[in-house]
Amino acid sequence: MSDDHGRDDAAGNGLLHRRLFLKAGAAAAGLLCATARGETREPWMRAPGAGMAAAGAPSPHVTLERVGVSSRPGTTGSGVSRTPLEQLDGIITPSRLHFERHHSGIPDIDPARHRLVLSGLVDRPLAFSLDELWRYPQVSRIQFLECSGNSGAMIAPTPPSGSCGEIHGLVSASEWGGVPLGVLLEEAGLKPGARWVIADGADAAVMSRSVPLEKMLDDAIVALSQNGEPLRPGQGYPMRLFLPGWEGNMCVKWLRSLRVTDRPALTRDETSKYSDLGADGRATLFTFPMGVKSLLTSPSAGLTLGPRGVYQLSGIAWSGAGRIRRVEVSADGGRSWADAQLDAHVLPKCLTRFRAAWRWDGGPAVLLSRATDETGAVQPARAQVLAGRASNSFYHYNGIQAWAVDDRGQVSNVYV
Amino acid sequence: MNATSATRMNRRLPWTTALALLATAAGQAGESPGLGEPLAPDEVAALDFTVLPDGRGLPAGEGSVGEGARLYAARCLACHGEEGRGGINDELAGGAGSLAGPAPVKTVGSYWPSATTVFDYLRRAMPYEAPGSLTADDYYALTAYLLYLNGIVDADARLDARSLPAVRMPNRDNFDHGWPPDAAEGG
Ligand code: HEC
Repeated sequence: MSDDHGRDDAAGNGLLHRRLFLKAGAAAAGLLCATARGETREPWMRAPGAGMAAAGAPSPHVTLERVGVSSRPGTTGSGVSRTPLEQLDGIITPSRLHFERHHSGIPDIDPARHRLVLSGLVDRPLAFSLDELWRYPQVSRIQFLECSGNSGAMIAPTPPSGSCGEIHGLVSASEWGGVPLGVLLEEAGLKPGARWVIADGADAAVMSRSVPLEKMLDDAIVALSQNGEPLRPGQGYPMRLFLPGWEGNMCVKWLRSLRVTDRPALTRDETSKYSDLGADGRATLFTFPMGVKSLLTSPSAGLTLGPRGVYQLSGIAWSGAGRIRRVEVSADGGRSWADAQLDAHVLPKCLTRFRAAWRWDGGPAVLLSRATDETGAVQPARAQVLAGRASNSFYHYNGIQAWAVDDRGQVSNVYV
Repeated sequence: MNATSATRMNRRLPWTTALALLATAAGQAGESPGLGEPLAPDEVAALDFTVLPDGRGLPAGEGSVGEGARLYAARCLACHGEEGRGGINDELAGGAGSLAGPAPVKTVGSYWPSATTVFDYLRRAMPYEAPGSLTADDYYALTAYLLYLNGIVDADARLDARSLPAVRMPNRDNFDHGWPPDAAEGG
């Protein structure tokens, strides 16, 4: 690949215009065609390959597992597992790699016995079986789910080590399908005074969150499917609440009960946890939508660049408020910025894949990305996110991520 | 649930009429399958764990600090430490006055806005390895003990459905609400 595009750079330290990147790619593809005359066969081309199978499996050459898998002391069921963001492309997270945060393990639910109960300020308390829910009209949308504790390690005074997935992997995206909550609430009939809905899970912790009725009637669903198949147990089989763009903990898995009330319950997970403590000792409850955010996943911490030359920068951007409008990238620590290219799927409340071309000259560089959503909200700098927060307040972190490249091509996490 | 399982469709429409309506309405927005089994009030109550801050949802029963201390030693101490401190899991006591300082310690006593949350959470989720294995009296007693450890109730306190919601949590006035959005104080 040639590295003499200097005069045409889109921003400092080697960020290139898109067309130059495509040209560099085409030259490399040409090399592969040069020897094809129908005579060369690799060993795996000399006999028929493996036969049909009832289920597909990843290539034995690919090791792709969740990262940062850990549990609280004395338990196996209160913990997290994270998506290996740096190993994925596009916007859909394979279901088996979707992040998980459980508070008391994954229940083994008998779908024939499970019921979803609507009660409280309703005309008719109702219990729905799984089969009954499948008879209701479904919708499906591709959307992100992010734990509001995601990236919480970034509040530390020194940059945490670990891979992109280990630091930021509590975000994933799937096609979620299910029944709009409004349809079910209409079946039960809302009574005057209905304002909140308390959602309970059928796990051992009976996980519980209070959800504003407006959200339930806007775009909330009782999700039954993920990426085309019934939910997996770790994602709430047989059903979960899914609240597009809102913090993951509210999307109660193994959904069992929805009680309509006139006020929030102040459950432990909306007070003790998932609330935001300020430096002045005051705290904010009910900060539900996830803020606009982006990350470069490639390159990212722990990876090492090869020889100097042209590289693709690639990452994900998302916002709980709607679509991503713009992502900018910088290779000089934020002194200059260039627009990244957005992939074709720019969906509301979903991961958006962005890409840019960068010519690494072999010297040090600091790579950043900065997202803007359709409401005009711009991803804040780390210092902006932390301003006014308590020293250990780690929820809802959406600061700009910086990755440093050193002169050996090694990539690490830095604060700028 | 089974006692009333036959009634809903009957109450609304004869079965055949309902089917016919569904058939003609197929694809029309607004028409719904009309499923779901009606529940009687006692069936709803049996499934309902929620305790609201004003005490709605609290069961009958009562418990004392002393009973709570005994239960705590047997069922909780291994994970949460002596007197709720220094255990391998969440700190349950202490931290008073630390929230505006350089190293805030958030506990039931220093942080939680409502005493009802303690009962609500314990009855749902604790003890961790056998949630729901204690009685309502036990959960009142444990709630009383945790509040006692935080200096919020006296050593001879007993709690029940009337007295628990009346307990004033020290940090209760230090919360703002991010929802609805126009109620947010801007941070
Ligand atoms: C096996 C260990 C274990 C035992 C025993 C145990 N807990 Fe817990 N406790 C935990 C874990 C783990 C959590 C956090 C769960 C989560 O991930 O949400 C927790 C959370 C809590 C909390 C919430 C703390 C906060 O600040 O949010 C309270 C209160 C609590 N436990 C009280 C009790 C009481 C009372 C008992 C005895 C009846 C008990 N626990 C027994 C492990 C344990």
